[in-house]
Amino acid sequence: MITVENIKKKFGKLVVLNGIDLTLKKGECIALIGPNGCGKTTLMKIILGMVMADSGSILVNNESITKSELYKQHIGYMPQIGRYPQNMTIGQIIDMVKGIRNEKKPLDEELYKAYELDKLLDKKMSTLSGGTMQKVSAVLSFLFNPSILILDEPTAGLDPIAAEILKQKIIKEKGNGKLIIITSHLLSELDDMVSEIIFMQEGNIIFHRAVTALKESTQTAKISSAILQILKNK
Amino acid sequence: MGRIFKYVMLDILKNKFVIAYMVMMSLVAWSAFTLEDNSAKGMLTLLNLILLTVPLVSVLFSAIYIYNSSEFIELLVSHPIKRSKIWLSLYWGLCGSLVTAFIIGAGIPLLLFAEFTISLLMLVVGILITVIFVSLALLSTIIYRDKAKGIGLTILIWIYFALLFDGLLLFLMFQFADYPIEKPMVLMTALSPLDLSRILLLLQLDSTAIMGYTGAIFRNFFGNTVGMSISFTLLILWSTIPFLVSLKKFKKKDL
Repeated sequence: MITVENIKKKFGKLVVLNGIDLTLKKGECIALIGPNGCGKTTLMKIILGMVMADSGSILVNNESITKSELYKQHIGYMPQIGRYPQNMTIGQIIDMVKGIRNEKKPLDEELYKAYELDKLLDKKMSTLSGGTMQKVSAVLSFLFNPSILILDEPTAGLDPIAAEILKQKIIKEKGNGKLIIITSHLLSELDDMVSEIIFMQEGNIIFHRAVTALKESTQTAKISSAILQILKNK
Repeated sequence: MGRIFKYVMLDILKNKFVIAYMVMMSLVAWSAFTLEDNSAKGMLTLLNLILLTVPLVSVLFSAIYIYNSSEFIELLVSHPIKRSKIWLSLYWGLCGSLVTAFIIGAGIPLLLFAEFTISLLMLVVGILITVIFVSLALLSTIIYRDKAKGIGLTILIWIYFALLFDGLLLFLMFQFADYPIEKPMVLMTALSPLDLSRILLLLQLDSTAIMGYTGAIFRNFFGNTVGMSISFTLLILWSTIPFLVSLKKFKKKDL
């Protein structure tokens, strides 16, 4: 569904992405991990068209993303920190995004109901806590039933119950054959969600492997210890 | 696009700063007309308000608003909508709400107390100045990613146009007093939207004495009607060109 070919990006003299090649298929749930500043957020932003790559190409459903912005119909994005206009209410934000998307397909209101946002529709964004803001971001990213989900630190800032609801939703959508890309620093919570791991460092992909293969080759039961072992052996 | 514009405009109109701006404008305008015995004096007070406060508020508020909306802009970009539409909606939203505040604040007393044609002209000039400085603010936010630098640049823009430019012209005038510099001077005036607006209004108000040096030349050179249409054209160029440059850069910008 997403093909990334030789993507390079520099910010000034700093090389952020140094020729990235990736092929991501539907039904996969991919964890994009790596130390701070390794380029994972930049890679996501390039896929979303927020950052322009210096060279290389990206195909989403076999169409180049530079041609038109319509490919974003298939993508739901949840930012790390969602911030919205201060004086708008939750209801207005949801209404506005619905208007922008303007889709005829039925909406996926499962998270909307689970987080009970209907009781908060008149609340202004400026009065919301960080966690509630994250709930709004999560609801918006799943609302239009997109076939690709890009989640940047999805559970950071959510309370344990809300985080668990989101995790269950992610697992369910993975079962529905969607492509899900997650970045996270919390390796422990990735265990039951992800099927593949991409480890990035200094703008390069160090490895891209299925979780089962990774655990087998390192003889460990958890993702975190498997990755530690790989890094130690280097 | 209409939807983003609508919500951006509603969001700004509910902003306390914009409400305060509106109240302040109407307080000054009402007192200018009710305290002075003739409306011409009130017009001059209002003219100074328009030439100093309106650009400052427009340029600063717009720049701060755009910087504070950076995450919101990112969110919009992640949806299937053209970047140019997002930027246009923000531009129209800022212009629409600040112009509304200006019309409610200064426009009502103007139309009530002053002669209709002149007050209409003043309103139009005020609206143009608002739009011009919104578009200059958008350009500054594109030039600098850093909020402090960008807002510094907008303040610099305001100081330059509102305070320094006329002094600079006067200085040049004295330095080159021995040469026939009327024509270059008129050309120089086109470089400042605030000077253009001042001349435009004073040509109508008939207050030649306070027209400033550039104004006097301008009047001699063009006469009323031609001078007016040229300065209007220039003002409209001032309001579109910085915005178009910022639009072009926004399409390629890394968010």
